[in-house]
Amino acid sequence: MSDATTPLTTADGKPLKAALAASMMRAKRRAFLLVAPLFLFVLVTFVVPIGQMLFQSVHNDGFSSTAPALKEWFSEHPLGTPYDESAYAALASDLKLMRENRTQGQAGTRINYDVAGTRSLFTSTARKINRMEAPWKEALLAENEDWADPNLWRAMRSASNPYTIDFYLAALDHTRDKDNNIVPVDEGRAIYGKLFLRTAILSIVITVLCMLLAFPIAHLLATLPLAKSNLLMIFVLLPFWTSLLVRTTSWMVLLQQQGVLNDVLVWLGILNNDGRLEMMYNKTGTIIAMTHILLPFMVLPLYSVMRTIPPSYVRAARSLGATSWTAFRKIYLPQTLPGIGAGALLVFILSVGYYITPALVGGADGQLISNMIAFHMQKSLNWSLAAALASLLLGGVIILYWLYDRLVGIDNMKLG
Amino acid sequence: MKKVLVLSTAIAGLAAGSASAQSVTVLSWGGSYEKSQVEAYNKPFTEATGISVNMEAADNPATPIKAQVEANNVSIDVADVEKSDAIRLCDEGLLEPLDPDTDLAAAPDGTPASDDFIDGSFTDCGVANIVWSTVMSYNTDKVDGDPTTIADFFDTTKYPGKRGLRKSAKGTLEFALMGAGVPASDVYKELGTQEGVDKAFAELDKIKGDVVWWDAGAQPPQLLADGEVVMSTAYNGRIFNAKVAEDQPFKIVWDGQLLDFDFFVIPKGAPHLKEAKEYLKFATGTKPLADQAKWISYGPARKSSAPMVGLYEDGKTEMGPEMPTAPDNMTNALVNDSEFWADHDTELSERFNAWLSS
Repeated sequence: MSDATTPLTTADGKPLKAALAASMMRAKRRAFLLVAPLFLFVLVTFVVPIGQMLFQSVHNDGFSSTAPALKEWFSEHPLGTPYDESAYAALASDLKLMRENRTQGQAGTRINYDVAGTRSLFTSTARKINRMEAPWKEALLAENEDWADPNLWRAMRSASNPYTIDFYLAALDHTRDKDNNIVPVDEGRAIYGKLFLRTAILSIVITVLCMLLAFPIAHLLATLPLAKSNLLMIFVLLPFWTSLLVRTTSWMVLLQQQGVLNDVLVWLGILNNDGRLEMMYNKTGTIIAMTHILLPFMVLPLYSVMRTIPPSYVRAARSLGATSWTAFRKIYLPQTLPGIGAGALLVFILSVGYYITPALVGGADGQLISNMIAFHMQKSLNWSLAAALASLLLGGVIILYWLYDRLVGIDNMKLG
Repeated sequence: MKKVLVLSTAIAGLAAGSASAQSVTVLSWGGSYEKSQVEAYNKPFTEATGISVNMEAADNPATPIKAQVEANNVSIDVADVEKSDAIRLCDEGLLEPLDPDTDLAAAPDGTPASDDFIDGSFTDCGVANIVWSTVMSYNTDKVDGDPTTIADFFDTTKYPGKRGLRKSAKGTLEFALMGAGVPASDVYKELGTQEGVDKAFAELDKIKGDVVWWDAGAQPPQLLADGEVVMSTAYNGRIFNAKVAEDQPFKIVWDGQLLDFDFFVIPKGAPHLKEAKEYLKFATGTKPLADQAKWISYGPARKSSAPMVGLYEDGKTEMGPEMPTAPDNMTNALVNDSEFWADHDTELSERFNAWLSS
């Protein structure tokens, strides 16, 4: 008979509970070591870069780290203080420092994001600053009267803090006026909102088209005898294995105005030579090429779900008197939902971030937001704005994923 | 004997390579441009110094520089970048400074390098190697008549048919202003004003429905060859290659050409700084720059190279008149103003993109 107050012990006298915990711990540690490489990999290649991107979208020290005197002046003098000699003296000392450290371009670039045309103001004045003398206000204004622009001073004030939401404002077509109020940008320059909307609409259209096209193919694949369905499967997979650029350029060859399809239609007499269809370098081209490229991502999950649906269910429904339409709608379709959900999510998320195909076939009105992100990454090198745009896109996708989880349920998804 | 020599040099080079890492990594643009650099710079350089050259290609060699220097993990020794990028990267402190007179070779007649390059060939951290140009060109089979000015590009009643333009504000707005009759010398002055920008967009409005926009330099010759457009702006080297190597019926209109430089720069923290400087000195020498024209129709940035430009690699095409810098081609030419674009790129690009999608 065991005494309830003395704990159970193992043979070597340790308390059983502790021994059990220790051995469980060992097993857990072993399991963790097994997943550690993957964990590290995900951390290094995914979490850290995304974290950095998010950080860059709110942090830019291009000006604050190169202009310490102005930073101090701004912290001592609140908005509304007139910009007197002391402000200009701080500016002059920073320009000297920039000249010494060769950072005038970096500082100018940061301010130029906000007020166009000011980058050269910094570089050209910094070049001459060592030849100027106090009083600084006079000297600097004599060099270039743009230094008196209140909007420039407002931009320098906000840039003297490395943390800013201004890049998000820019990504939403907003800016600040000289009194630091948030205002929309000129209508002629508002572009990102429009592109976000267009990206969403085009992605939805592409997803729906993929769904309509993939459903019959997947059904055929799932119901044909194995030998035939394998052959068909190769037709689905072959383009999938072909280079993206090759597929995109083949569509260009087929669809352009002097292309194969138009030539055939003209030759058949359906079109006359002056009435050739414009199917490339516009939205139509983007939709066609992207639907084709993303189709396998819809076919494969659908196929894997449909293959597991026993044909006897539909047969049973028919034998109980349902018409073939009712049997499809009430019995077959609901069972394919996990595949539709998975495919739609995959296709939509991929097309939201698509870049190379719209760049090549999109023409003027087939550009997507990813093309602007690429522009800011590669050409303008305004990485903070690119990061802000990308973060907004990421946020949108996460909201969508959350909605999907609430409406359909992520457990209902089957990826193949 | 010769074979033995080659073999022993190779072995010596190999040994040297493993012992003191005698090699430079050069990042360039790939394609026929890279080939011209390999033939004209790299091969003679390796022969002369024993230093081997790794050539790498990027869509825009300026992009990895920023990333590498900021990550303190530089693998590039020399990069070939556009002038605007050379200026910006230098301003951001990402490049090694260069002094034309100590770091570059003098001309054969003893003219110091600083006097031997054409204007605008130096920044504080870079030196120009070639001059290239964006030009208007057309397919002679598809155009009736003989367009001779940039204004003809924007005149679809006189010369009907589609036009190809680069999908960027940079370059396109300059052509639009010149098409509207602004002389090359006033283009950037006008583009700095609101009225000038409006004028450029008004000119573009005239042909907006007829434009096929291109992104990559390989596209315009393709569009012209397919008949997808009848006229296009294009890089002169690409049109030349299509014309000579592929016998396409293309013609270049040099009026209103937009000149630009390519620059050699050395990223800060380049792993083989000494060899990189040696390479730079050699490659921007009079003879290699002149030799490059044998492989591609981009003009040497050195004045002393111009008279040495000879025949194309086919052995019959005279390269002199194909150079953007040939005097006959320079009557109404605009040199791309990198400072202007550094200031206004974002603003004008936003307006351009908004205009495109409206």
